[in-house]
Amino acid sequence: MSSIFQSSIGKKLIMSVSGIFLVLFLLFHMCMNLVAVFSASAYNAVCAFLGTNWYALAGTAVLAFGFLFHIVYAFILTVQNRKARGNDRYAVVDKPANVEWASQNMLVLGAIILIGLGLHLANFWYHMMFAELVEAEGQYGPTEGAQWLSYYLSKWPVAIAYIVWIVALWFHLSHGFWSMLQTIGWNNLVWLDRWKTAAKWYATIVCLGFAIVVLGFAFEVFPLLDNCCSEAAAECATKCADACSCK
Amino acid sequence: MDKTINITLKVWRQKGPKEKGHFETYNLQNISTNMSFLEMLDTLNEQLVAKHEEPVVFDHDCREGICGMCSLYINGHPHGRDSHTTTCQLHMRRFKDGETITIEPWRSAGFPVVRDLMVDRSAYDKIMQAGGYTSIRCGAAQDANALPIPKPDADEAMDAASCIGCGACAAACKNGSAMLFVSAKVSQLALLPQGRVEAARRAKAMVAKMDELGFGNCTNTGACEAECPKGVSIANIARLNREYLKAKLKD
Repeated sequence: MSSIFQSSIGKKLIMSVSGIFLVLFLLFHMCMNLVAVFSASAYNAVCAFLGTNWYALAGTAVLAFGFLFHIVYAFILTVQNRKARGNDRYAVVDKPANVEWASQNMLVLGAIILIGLGLHLANFWYHMMFAELVEAEGQYGPTEGAQWLSYYLSKWPVAIAYIVWIVALWFHLSHGFWSMLQTIGWNNLVWLDRWKTAAKWYATIVCLGFAIVVLGFAFEVFPLLDNCCSEAAAECATKCADACSCK
Repeated sequence: MDKTINITLKVWRQKGPKEKGHFETYNLQNISTNMSFLEMLDTLNEQLVAKHEEPVVFDHDCREGICGMCSLYINGHPHGRDSHTTTCQLHMRRFKDGETITIEPWRSAGFPVVRDLMVDRSAYDKIMQAGGYTSIRCGAAQDANALPIPKPDADEAMDAASCIGCGACAAACKNGSAMLFVSAKVSQLALLPQGRVEAARRAKAMVAKMDELGFGNCTNTGACEAECPKGVSIANIARLNREYLKAKLKD
């Protein structure tokens, strides 16, 4: 057992297991976001629940470790792989048929996702979870998640950055999903194509879920059922007066 | 009548493992399209020898696609662009008149260049010697019905066994990984009862040797399968991962 994580397959296993973990987290995160599509008050309730809950905090800590392992091992493996390629590069390179573009660019896609993650942590996680921890005062409180969404995502550069991020995520997931199952050995001739198809479905569903929220708030059509006016302070009422029917 | 073409070759020339290599350009006239790719290189070498120049060194042996000796990275593809084809099975009819053909050796830390287009592939032999065999006493060949093997298993074992160990997988891989080769060699035995006896030891020994020899880590791009002249499937890599992890967990 001692040498398993020193072997090539063991290192890949770490990538795979931390990947599975992130894949499941994204699904959960996407479901949570979709609440904001329908109801601001429900979304704020989710914010309140997950911000103060110590289980959620513990989950966040575990998640951070998962990310850390995934990123650190990505770099370790890439350095080893570049060394294994040798000193001379091929003069002519032609992509073989049936090779996904994403599969050969996972590190670059991962780096884009990492930059996006920095932006996301600074603007959402900081406001919704960290601010509550340190009891910081902000324009919107940690439990006024829907108001913060409306305010922040209506800025066009932010919305565009998020869409770029989500596209990179789609490519990363479309390969990563089936690749993680291949690495732990849950694959064979029949399941190879099935997992590849499942990967595209999963990536599409998750990324569409994220993108809908970004676009919906960017165009100020969300939340659909109730609206922030009924819940929030006066500044919000003026802001979303155009989008909502109430005044 | 033979159709003939004129081609330009850009060939990697390197005097020895430690020397610096470079591309040399050669023009060949009136090459028959019925020639195999290696016959075209023979023609080039005859012309070089006639001019008292050093011929281009390249590996070849059976010239019928089963020995795994031929290599060559042709226009960005190991064994050329055609699928399920070794270099020796590639014909000049696949090239156009006036085309420039770039020929490079396998480039991988595991396969150092010996000279020109010839690389040292003994790393694969070392991986095989680490465990790619059965050492149990099987006795005399049994009656075919004494040891029934499901047809799908037999077929899959046979497909894995079609690997000729040419090294195209590691050459094509952006990570210089030899996983397709190792997985084929592990699978051809792991799928059959005779190979199961030593399956755990074999998977561990062969992976350890592969890592030791400096091959990269598989990232499941699938370039190996696409370029493999025998079309060995990456499903074998999943089996190798399974066999290896199972063996390690048992320890």
